[in-house]
Amino acid sequence: MSGFWTRLISLTRKEFRQLLRDRSNLAIGILLPMVLILIFGYGMSLDVKNAPVGVVLEDPSPAAHEAMAGLQLSPSIAPVLLGSMHDAEALMHDRKIDGIVRVPSDFSRSLAAGNARVQLIVHGADAGRATIIQSYVSAALAQTAIRQADRGGRTGGADAPAIGRVTVEQRMWFNTANTSTWYLVPGLIVLIMTLVGAFLTALVMAREWERGTLEALFVTPVRPVEILLAKIIPYFAVGMLGLALCLLAARFLFAVPMVGSLFAVVLSSMLYLIVAVSLGLVISSVTRNQFLASQVALIATFMPSMMLSGFLFDLRNVPVAVRVIGHVLPATYFMDLIKTLFLAGDVWPLIWRNCAVLVAYAVGLLLLAHAVTRKRLD
Amino acid sequence: MTDFLLRIANLCRKELLAIFKDPASRVILFVPAIMQSLIFGYGATYDLSNVPYALLDQSRAGAATELIAHLDSTGVFHRVATLRTQADIREVIDTEKALLVIQIAPDFEQQLSAGRPAAIQLILDARNSNTAGSAAGYVSAVVERYNAELRARAGAPPAPLTIESRAWFNPNLQTRWNLLPGLIAALSMLQTLLLTALSVAREREQGTFDQLLVTPMSPLEIMIGKALPPVLVGLAQATLILLVALFWFGIPMAGSLATLYTGLVFFTVASVGIGLSISAVSANMQQAMLYTFVLLMPMMLLSGLTTPVRNMPHVLQVITTANPLRFAIDLVQRVYLEGVGLATVWHNLIPLSIIALVTLPLAAWLFRHRLV
Repeated sequence: MSGFWTRLISLTRKEFRQLLRDRSNLAIGILLPMVLILIFGYGMSLDVKNAPVGVVLEDPSPAAHEAMAGLQLSPSIAPVLLGSMHDAEALMHDRKIDGIVRVPSDFSRSLAAGNARVQLIVHGADAGRATIIQSYVSAALAQTAIRQADRGGRTGGADAPAIGRVTVEQRMWFNTANTSTWYLVPGLIVLIMTLVGAFLTALVMAREWERGTLEALFVTPVRPVEILLAKIIPYFAVGMLGLALCLLAARFLFAVPMVGSLFAVVLSSMLYLIVAVSLGLVISSVTRNQFLASQVALIATFMPSMMLSGFLFDLRNVPVAVRVIGHVLPATYFMDLIKTLFLAGDVWPLIWRNCAVLVAYAVGLLLLAHAVTRKRLD
Repeated sequence: MTDFLLRIANLCRKELLAIFKDPASRVILFVPAIMQSLIFGYGATYDLSNVPYALLDQSRAGAATELIAHLDSTGVFHRVATLRTQADIREVIDTEKALLVIQIAPDFEQQLSAGRPAAIQLILDARNSNTAGSAAGYVSAVVERYNAELRARAGAPPAPLTIESRAWFNPNLQTRWNLLPGLIAALSMLQTLLLTALSVAREREQGTFDQLLVTPMSPLEIMIGKALPPVLVGLAQATLILLVALFWFGIPMAGSLATLYTGLVFFTVASVGIGLSISAVSANMQQAMLYTFVLLMPMMLLSGLTTPVRNMPHVLQVITTANPLRFAIDLVQRVYLEGVGLATVWHNLIPLSIIALVTLPLAAWLFRHRLV
């Protein structure tokens, strides 16, 4: 057993040296996480704030101006008064404005008659943004309509029946700031772990396969398990460094709350990192060539963990087949864990369930990596 | 001149053979592009189609039941739990059983029949604030429809103000419509960049690049010969994704193919220029791949594909001017969805040309100077 440890320690030391010698490894281990933290925290946002919306008042009446004022109250919309529909359409074509609100010339007359219409045109090229703008403009104008109706009711006589109305009071749990930064930054941890774990490991191992240095290692007294462990440990360390950077940035740069325990965050990240590293090992031993390994790692990790893990897009809303693919990805379970731990807290049933899935993946992939490595050599 | 072209053609042929002789790399260059555009086309949606909710109805009155029936009839909302007390809310939200809880107060019916506003409480799981915001919007829309019905039933005139909403270029406001044209550029760039970065790095690692330099080919010819095959592969990939968007998802293309491909050619050449520069500064394949990745991630994230460039702070917007993908996505989306011509999107071609004009000579220079 002591032979195991001496061999493992010396092999690991060699791997560490190799890792530190090449600047490109450090670039991916340290520089990339830092760049990504800044991009995720400052650069990426799905929030709609001060979206320019052109307002064309074809009716200069006070009622029309009141509608315009209603729009100004919304923090999401920045109404700009425009002279004509012609100007507005030109600006919309240039994407200078996200939408057009047109108040027709008969507005105040028809409002008094109780059947006014306002036209809203949104630029649909960014569907998500357009939907949000639609709902904000509608909400702002509906408020105006209610105020008008209340006033009309009072002047119209006391015999008008009082009609009850349902209003919605909404409370956003876990994200009181209602900002996308709060879920983008925790999501970043998933991307970085995937990247450092799977991509780096797949590449480095594939290189050894390609050059035949792995075979050379196998003729020494070291056992495959020792080689695999020695390969895993340095990248695991780099991954944990990335985690530390993310946690510090989340806490001190972006003030994202961490409601759950740090222990649970670190534990689940370590688990996922083992999964990612093992995935890298499997990819490299199956492909055994750097070009293919990098392509497979790219296709199997980066894009899916961004697009299908529930990071940006909610998996509840996708067709079953895609949901199944999403649930095959280990990233999905870790994404759920990390978002819950950061924003909702230690929800133990959910933590145990997801951690159990990750443990199963880690064990399965490690066994697979071990099996593939040995089988290929026999 | 014919010698020049002949030498380039030969090198191109050799490069294409090197790419395609391996069945695995033939597969990897084309199958994933199709698969990813299909999967992401379905998967990347901000539209809600399935919102699990829990109901805490403390009023147990007709109006509340009626309102909930409206919600259920949308087909989007599915009730997963009926709660008894307020204390139950935390559990269903925490464990993600429900995305939202609708709480109806005991005096709901009284308020409503007294002609006063009656509030329903909406508690949303905002771990993804984007989804939560959309779900709240959906509920509000249902409530508005119910209010209109209440007015009609009371004999009151319909709401004095109606909003006629219309969306240009994407009438049903589907995320897929803007995502897929973006993917035409983004997915093809992923692999073009990697392919290019590796092509010279591999030769250098294996020592065959020195052999190439002692052939009668001039550096310019080597450059073109090395750049052309990945440009062709990139355009082929873009074409596959375009076909998926057009024929599988049936997203109508408003613009002209000529404009689209003009943009894609500029974009692919710029990407290849970046790829060649990466391979020129890398000592081996591993470095080439890692550097590609270090560039690729920020390029993807700051391209406007998933989050709009306009939401970025000014400094980052300036930085994105070095990102060819940003201009390609703008160009492809506008040509595809809005049907604009070159007269409108030509300004995207300038940065793409500049990127190509800087990176290609830089790569050529680096090739020579790193070897001497």
